[in-house]
Amino acid sequence: MVDDLLEQLRELEKEGAGSIATADGAEELERLRVDLLGRKGRLTGILRGLGGLSPEERPRVGAEANRVKEVLSARIDERKAACEVAAAPEAHVDLTLPGRARWRGGVHPVTLVVDEICDIFRDLGFSRVRGHEVETVEYNFVKLNTPLDHPAVDMHDTFYLGESLLLRTHTSPVQARVMEQFRPPVRVVVPGMVFRRDPFDASHAPGFEQLEGLAVDEGITFVDFKATISEFARRFFGPTTKTRFRPSFFPFTEPSAEVDVSCQLCGGAGCSACKRTGWMEIGGAGMVDPAVFEAVGYDPERYTGFAFGLGPARIAMQRYGIPDIRLLYENDVRFLEQFV
Amino acid sequence: MNVSYNWLRALAPSITATPSELADALAMRGAPVDELVELSAGIGDVVIARVDEVRQHPNADRLRLCSVDAGSGARLQVVCGAPNVEAGGYYPFAPIGSSLPGGVEIRKAKLRGELSEGMLCSARELGLGRDHAGLMALSGSEWQLGASLVDQLGLNDTRLIVDVTPNRPDLLSHVGVARELAPGGVADITLRPFSAEPPALATRNAGGDHGEMEGIRVVIEDAVGCPRYTAAIVRGVRVGPSPEWLATRLRSVGLRPINNLVDATNYVLHEMGQPLHAFDLDRLGGGEIRVRRARPGETLRTLDGVERELTAEILVIADAERAVALAGVMGGEESEVTAGTTNLLIECASFEPQRVRKAARFLGLSTDASHRFERGVDPELQLPTLSRVVDLILAIAGGSPEPTLLEVGSGSAPRMIVPLRLERVTRLLGIELDESEIERLLEPIGFVMEAGADGLAVRVPGYRPDVTREVDLIEEIARRRGYASFPEQLAPFRPTTVPEDPLVPVLRRVRETFTRWGFLEARTAGFAPAADSRVPLLNPLSSEESHLRDAVLPGLLRRVEHNWAHGVRNVRLYEIGTAFLPAPGETVPREEIRVAAAFTGLSEPLHWSGPGRSYDLWDLKALLEELAATLGAAAPQPATVGGATGLLDAVEGFEVSGVGAVRAEAGAVLASSVDSPAWADRLFGLEITLSAADVASIRYAPLPEYPAVERDLALLVPQGTAAAELERVIRSAAGTLLEEVGPFDLYAGAGIPEGTRSLAWRLRFRRPDRTLTDAEVDRSVDGVLRALEELNVSRR
Repeated sequence: MVDDLLEQLRELEKEGAGSIATADGAEELERLRVDLLGRKGRLTGILRGLGGLSPEERPRVGAEANRVKEVLSARIDERKAACEVAAAPEAHVDLTLPGRARWRGGVHPVTLVVDEICDIFRDLGFSRVRGHEVETVEYNFVKLNTPLDHPAVDMHDTFYLGESLLLRTHTSPVQARVMEQFRPPVRVVVPGMVFRRDPFDASHAPGFEQLEGLAVDEGITFVDFKATISEFARRFFGPTTKTRFRPSFFPFTEPSAEVDVSCQLCGGAGCSACKRTGWMEIGGAGMVDPAVFEAVGYDPERYTGFAFGLGPARIAMQRYGIPDIRLLYENDVRFLEQFV
Repeated sequence: MNVSYNWLRALAPSITATPSELADALAMRGAPVDELVELSAGIGDVVIARVDEVRQHPNADRLRLCSVDAGSGARLQVVCGAPNVEAGGYYPFAPIGSSLPGGVEIRKAKLRGELSEGMLCSARELGLGRDHAGLMALSGSEWQLGASLVDQLGLNDTRLIVDVTPNRPDLLSHVGVARELAPGGVADITLRPFSAEPPALATRNAGGDHGEMEGIRVVIEDAVGCPRYTAAIVRGVRVGPSPEWLATRLRSVGLRPINNLVDATNYVLHEMGQPLHAFDLDRLGGGEIRVRRARPGETLRTLDGVERELTAEILVIADAERAVALAGVMGGEESEVTAGTTNLLIECASFEPQRVRKAARFLGLSTDASHRFERGVDPELQLPTLSRVVDLILAIAGGSPEPTLLEVGSGSAPRMIVPLRLERVTRLLGIELDESEIERLLEPIGFVMEAGADGLAVRVPGYRPDVTREVDLIEEIARRRGYASFPEQLAPFRPTTVPEDPLVPVLRRVRETFTRWGFLEARTAGFAPAADSRVPLLNPLSSEESHLRDAVLPGLLRRVEHNWAHGVRNVRLYEIGTAFLPAPGETVPREEIRVAAAFTGLSEPLHWSGPGRSYDLWDLKALLEELAATLGAAAPQPATVGGATGLLDAVEGFEVSGVGAVRAEAGAVLASSVDSPAWADRLFGLEITLSAADVASIRYAPLPEYPAVERDLALLVPQGTAAAELERVIRSAAGTLLEEVGPFDLYAGAGIPEGTRSLAWRLRFRRPDRTLTDAEVDRSVDGVLRALEELNVSRR
């Protein structure tokens, strides 16, 4: 009697498993669950035979019945999950739909350039300082060895607020202000807006960014000057970047230089961006003129130093391939979003 | 400065480099070449032709029919509209099938019914000058018909457009550029005489402030403005066109040939760098040249035909009666050389740079002469230049010179001697150079080395007024040696004494906040119209930019409008910039660093799962709260904010104030403040004054160890009782067990008594030392409800 019941249970397990494995869909599996394991199902039917067994024999069959029930129940669940996965493509979720995005924010491309330049110079020992945008004639020109009746003043078309008050035409007045306030060694970079009386066109803006640098101490030479600028250029533009220093003229540096870097687009071979020269101008620089040291009360026999002025707006235009400076100041969202 | 390659090589045959090599060399010597112009470009097909006969065109008053011999044997008929075409004249001719600069192709054509077999050309059509008043007439008759114009005129030339910095007036002449470029420098330059037997002219320098020559008296009244005045007299000249070689030279540097006398002075100016002026001697009144300040109210009609009113600042050349030229700037019309001139007085003077500069600026004139005088002309150059121009005039215009050149003034300034210490060279340039190398570098361009007390004493040539100090010599050494020849070796450095700008970390955190909020940084120049500011510019570019801004937000609103105008609906901009405020009792305005933001449109990019939500006042408040917290300022308070800028809604706004120097205002932007399209969403704006002092500092708080209990209270609140007031009462009544409280639901309408609203709050209680009991929480909630009764607030 016991063996007979156990045999029936094994039969049910085998047959049930077969049916479950070939069942198609959740509905059919539910029907099988009722048929095999339900209150009026086949397992219940087999267990009715328990009444004919002795109390000692019942647990053995009962335990086997429970095992079969668990196995079949698990099989049904597995099969059901498998059927659902198979049916998924026709179901509700189209995973090709776009995700839920957030607005992406970011800084202006010129800020990207300014911050990167300042970070590099911080590694080279320069602290970042700020100056005023409204300056005096004294600081913008005179203390920088530029008498007002000198033709060099023509290089700047200046906005005036008063007879001796103007919008700074370069960040260089901060050189004098810093040196008057601090003793050497001085190493600073000064980003900020400067102003020239040029109407907007593709390459001019009445207000734009400049970044001044100044290093003054005993024993700073032209060799240090070139090395520092070239080190910056390699860190900023890439390790293979070459630099070129061309003699030039600024009243507040001597010797003065224009600094070129090998063109970022063609690598120096010559292209339309660099007007076939292979070089891109990044700014003016030079050794601090002794007259400037005298104007701020430094001993020119004791101290030497170098200064430079870079154009972050122009560098941003070169780096990102921006053809027209007006794009930088129109602040079209579709433009700014390209730099986040 | 326009430089002709052929002219340079004629002066210094040792220059053998190509034009582009010279351009590179000049760039590395401090005078970059902006452009190389191939002068014969596009005119290789043009030949020399003679017009043998000129007839009136039968059908057009202004056209003529020319019979042209272009060397082919055939007689070509050419229709020509130029007024100066003459039978027997030689002209450039573009035959059928040829082309001209700009791609014009010459084809056989009928003009008003008459056949035209080619084209007679003006200088402008050939790209050789601006002159298009008539054909480019070739003087003389020794031309080979049909020969290439380029070959015959020596037009195979390249113009170098050199960018000369203000410190290098020596490069404003062909001699100067040749001196810089020739391998042997000064020694390589030969000024070949123009005449077979150049005149030997003596010099008479009477000393003092006046002198006399052949009935002409020269008086210098202003010895500062004119240290030296030299003059030559040539009688019996014949005015006419210049020979082609001279016209070609002038065209090669972009000048228009005028007549042989004017051309001679222009030629010598561009060769030597010393300006000259030729007067018609017979039109100078009273036999006198007087160098003096202009008299008040005095006027002069200059060569350009403009009647100019002068001031005492301006130095003039006058005859006995009136001003005849602006010293160093431009001559007068009345005394200019004309076709009828036979006797000349040629002026060659030294004028003070500042005086010339003032006059040129006052009159708004910049001429070849003033450009050079402003920058400094070699004080030793006047007599050699005068001899040279007399030689040239005799060669091309005949006449006979007075055998003596007149010289008035202090004579040659002594050459500047500048001491140079080798130790100083090393200290500045970082490498050691010996005396022989320095001499090798400087000697070719005219510097002379002598032994000095403390090293070298260097005699500076007169054409280098920029070199007056030791450091100028050191620059010259570095420049001549080539900047590329210096090594690049990073040296150790001492730390800077200058502290970092304390605003830098503040700005970084502000930018981080806005980036997190999805905002884009804008940058503007900072100008404003008068309506928006009280800090005016004296010389603005436009009325829209006539002032400096006293707030950042208005300019940012213009940027929002720009985006709207381009159909962009979702705009989130912020700007960090300077505001300029009038400072009482000060001439210099106060500068404040501000951050402003303006935003409108959807709060998140449109997604298919829903309609999206537009920004509202609560986004503004949260942004302001976060910024205030970042800056270490107090929480924003509702406020009437319309006032400061007048741009914001006076009802829906907030302000931050009272803690540190941070000040802020924020609100909905008034519709009247912006030009918005119909489809635009509401626009919100804020502006905060930043200060370095307050960046919120961060402290760790221990995490709780025991669980919290939460209770929700739905409260019936009378209208007019503020949520902030409720929160204050709840916090104070709940005691120390209350960890956090905040509203989570607001409802008014059906089921709620008139004049009240339902505001639901969630309270979270916790003890740091053990688990709370329900009884404790109940007691606290009861206390809260009792306290709220005093505000007429009850549980719903």
